[in-house]
Order: sequence, then structure tokens, then C-alpha cells
Amino acid sequence: MVATPIVEVTSAANPQQSKVLKAEVVDLNFHYGSVQALKGINMPLYEKHVTALIGPSGCGKSTLLRCFNRMHDLYPGNRYEGRIKLHPDDTNLLDPKVDPIEVRMRISMVFQKPNPFPKSIYENVAYGLRVRGVSKRSVLDDKVEEALSGAALWGEVKDRLRDLAFNLSGGQQQRLCIARALATDPEILLFDEPTSALDPIATASIEELIGDLKNKITILIVTHNMQQAARVSDFTAYMYIGELVEFDATDTIFIKPKNKQTEDYITGRFG
Amino acid sequence: MNTAPSVAEVRALIVKHKRWDLAFAVIGTLALMVGILTFVALFADMLIDGMPRLNYDFLTSFPSRRPEQAGILSAWVGSTLVMLVTAVAAVPLGVAAAIYLEEYAPKNWVTEIIEVNVTNLAGVPSIVYGLLALGLFVYQFGLGQSILAAGLTLALLILPVVIVATREAIRSIPSAIREGAYALGATRWQMVSQHILPYSIPGILTGVIIGMARAIGETAPVITIGALTFIAFLPPTPISGAFPFLSFEWLTAPFTVMPIQMFNWTSRPEAAFQANAAAAGLVLLVMTLSMNALAIYLRYKLRKNIQW
Repeated sequence: MVATPIVEVTSAANPQQSKVLKAEVVDLNFHYGSVQALKGINMPLYEKHVTALIGPSGCGKSTLLRCFNRMHDLYPGNRYEGRIKLHPDDTNLLDPKVDPIEVRMRISMVFQKPNPFPKSIYENVAYGLRVRGVSKRSVLDDKVEEALSGAALWGEVKDRLRDLAFNLSGGQQQRLCIARALATDPEILLFDEPTSALDPIATASIEELIGDLKNKITILIVTHNMQQAARVSDFTAYMYIGELVEFDATDTIFIKPKNKQTEDYITGRFG
Repeated sequence: MNTAPSVAEVRALIVKHKRWDLAFAVIGTLALMVGILTFVALFADMLIDGMPRLNYDFLTSFPSRRPEQAGILSAWVGSTLVMLVTAVAAVPLGVAAAIYLEEYAPKNWVTEIIEVNVTNLAGVPSIVYGLLALGLFVYQFGLGQSILAAGLTLALLILPVVIVATREAIRSIPSAIREGAYALGATRWQMVSQHILPYSIPGILTGVIIGMARAIGETAPVITIGALTFIAFLPPTPISGAFPFLSFEWLTAPFTVMPIQMFNWTSRPEAAFQANAAAAGLVLLVMTLSMNALAIYLRYKLRKNIQW
């Protein structure tokens, strides 16, 4: 057994609360061919908390997020150096010996644009389970209901589970994608700018959902919207041209950042 | 200095520019008419010549020396069976090759050369395929002048069409769908078999049927491998009353196909045979058009459920 590391965080907001480390990025470099997109990233990820990645376009926040489920393995010429340790078993997610499929079975992802499969609502949510070989009807039914309820969509779709997913509105589609990601009980849920294609009302419902989900699951979210980071996250990492400039409790980052660059970005003087 | 043109100048300019709009509309319409009118004229001519011969007996009789008794039974049965072999051979091969090229092949110069060549194969004259098949299927593999050899020859001919159409269909699936499936832990084969294949079926079907519509009219390669021009019997029936119920003897049977029957009749001096050729042409045209209609219907019906 590997002891779960307990790390004290000196946050102004939650000074007394201790956080359990869920994952740790250690000296991570990432290369797209000859271009280095991430430089020496070190960052913790705390269990059942929301961590937001912010920064101007091209700073590498999505690149970092996609390292967590080895999405970069799908395209040739990409190279990782360093580690992402997943606790409690201390698996290095970036280890070439660790199958990316194993990583993706433990860590789910919700994409920028809702990407439901052209299948029924039910089959969309059940897909992750089917991939894992679950075919028993009663198990699937239960899991689909649980996941849709978890994504605050069950009430709206329970009478039309056989309908095609693209008949849903944009916000509903994104919640369906969240349900699809939840159905397999992942340890971490990754969000890549999940509301950038949605209207303000749908955005608000997704943000509320993220607030509910963090009670059960560790969340890492990329957002270009600083207000969103301030609203939904407990921790924030500010990135700039492939480097992690500052990481701290969200309140600290937004109220008194230590770094001048962070402050300029937060206050809108830059970015 | 104010260089903006006056209102009158702007209006004159618009009138001048719009002349080109009109000019091109006229040229375009004429170009379209040339194509359509030629087809209509050919079709009408064939209809006038062939219609009187087109009846039930014509479809159910073997060819004959007497034009009024001659029919196309062996020809349309032959065409249908050859097409069956063509489809069974070309679809799995073409789809598998396309999936490999799109989803599995490493992106390097070898793959690139293969890709360029597959596209070029679609432009190879069909007689060349006939010569290849004569050497390879008929003699080397010993298939003889059979339905199987003809079907495989035409399968070669339409393989590039099937591959290109399948690749297009696969490429039109957004990468977000692929990533979505992979992100849930799917393996490559799970992604291909549960997403790529089902979503590209409308495109694949269209390609297959367009290819088949081309193959059914092919004459040169089928003559090259030795299809008969006069045949007064049918191949053995594929379904029999006794065990094992299915028979594949028909694959090795000699045969003829519609375009060869037509070609044979047009080369006869008697006017009555010309009428027979026109009637057979009508039947061939109906076969081709119904295949195209089927393609359009299936594409419409299947695409309704696929949207990104």
C-alpha cells in the first residue's frame, strides 16, 4: 500500500482544511514535433476539488489538460517528458509502458464543443460501459439513469432515451457528454473549455453542475473565461507560453496574486 | 481629394458588371443543355427503336438466329450474377483498404505512394484490367472464362472507386467524434467498428453503387476474358431443393452480359437485330438508373440519422 500523501495548502480561503493529493504533475515537458509546448510544469491536483487552468490563447492550458488522458498519443510526433503521478497507486500516466487506454478508462474528458455520437441518448451514455464489456441490460439501465441524474439531465430526457442525441439543445448535449463521461465512474474529470460553444443560460447550468460534481470527483478545467475560473474553481493555475506562472487557491490568485504577470492578466491589462 | 464615385457612376458600374452575370448564366445554361439534350435525344431514339420489342418474351427468351424470337434472358441473368460476385469481392476489400489507409496506416512516404496510386488506378483504361485478368484469373488461377473471373475482373475495376468513396466518407467524420470515443477508453478497433464504419455506410453505399453502375456497362474487359456472345442456357441455379441447398457451380459457368449481347446484335446487318439491341439498351439503362435511384434513396434514408 502506498500512503496517500497529505499536503497542507496555505490558502487564505481554506487555511484550516487539509487537501488530499489526487495527482501531481512533475517536471512535465511536452513537444509537438520540434515545438516545445510545455516547459517544466509542476502542479498538484487535489481530490474532490476543482482546479482551473487559465491563460491567454496558445499558453498550453489545453495541451496540459490533454496530457492527463494521453490524448496526444493519437497524433504522431508528440513527445512527453516528466511525469503525471496518479494517486493513490502512484501510476505515472505518461509512462510509455502504461497503456493510454488504461489512462482513459480512469480519467474522463468533456470537450470544448459538445460531441455526442450520432446514436440515441441512451447509447451515448452507455458507450463507455459497453467499451468496458458491460452488456447486462439492468446494469446499463441503472448506470445510464445514475449518470444522467448526475449530469442534471435525467428529468429532461427520461421519456425519450431512444431519441437521437443531436435532437437535444446545445446545453443539453454538453450535459449529455458530461453524463457519458460520468457513467464510467472516472477518478478525474477533465473539462476543455466546456462552455465556449454555449449560450449564457446553458453556461450557468454547466457551471452549477461542476459545483455539484466536485463533491464526488476531482475536476480539472481549462477555461478562457476568468470569471468562470473564479466562480467554479478552488485552485487556479495561470499559464503563459508553455510555463506555469503561478498556482494557488483561486481566491489568492484573484485577490492578491504574487506574480505581476498574473495580476496583469487577471485585471485585464493583458491577454 | 475625394475619389469616391458619384451615385450615377456607381449605378453605371453595377449595370456593366451585371452584364457578365447575365453572360455567364447564358453560357452555363447552354453548356447544361448540350449534355441534357444529347442524353434525351439518345434515349428517345433508343425508345422509338426498342420499345416495340420490349415485352415479357424478350426478357425470358434466349438469343436466337431469328431476331423476332431472340431475347436477353442469358444476358440479364449473367449481368446480375457477375454484379453479385463483383459486389461481394469489391466491397469488403475496398472498405478494409480504405479503413486501413485512413485509420491505421502510418503517415509516411510509403503510404503516400500507395494513396496516390489508388487514386490513379481509377483512371486506368478498363481494357487494361481485362488483360490483367486474362493473364491472372483466367490462366494463372485457372478460373477459366467463368462468371467468377468476370466478377473479380470488374471488382478490380471498381475497387479504386470504392476505396476513394469510403475514404471520403471516413474523412467527413469529425475528429471530435474519434476523440470522444477514444477518451472513453475505446481501442482503435472499437472506434472503427462502432463509430467509423456505421457513420460512413451512406458514403460507402453511394460509392459502391456508382462503381457497380459503371461495371454493369463495361464491355471491353469482359470480352477480353472471353465472355461468350451467344449462349442459350442458364448457369446452374444457386439454390437447390436438396441438401446443402446452396450451390456455387454457377460461379464456374460460361456466361454473357448485357453490353456484350447488345454489341453482338449491333454488329448484325439485319435491322430487326438493331431493334433488339435498342431494347436491350433500354433494359440496361433501367438497371443502371434503378441502381442510382437506390443509392440516392439509401443515402437520404441513412444520413437522416447522422449529424455532427
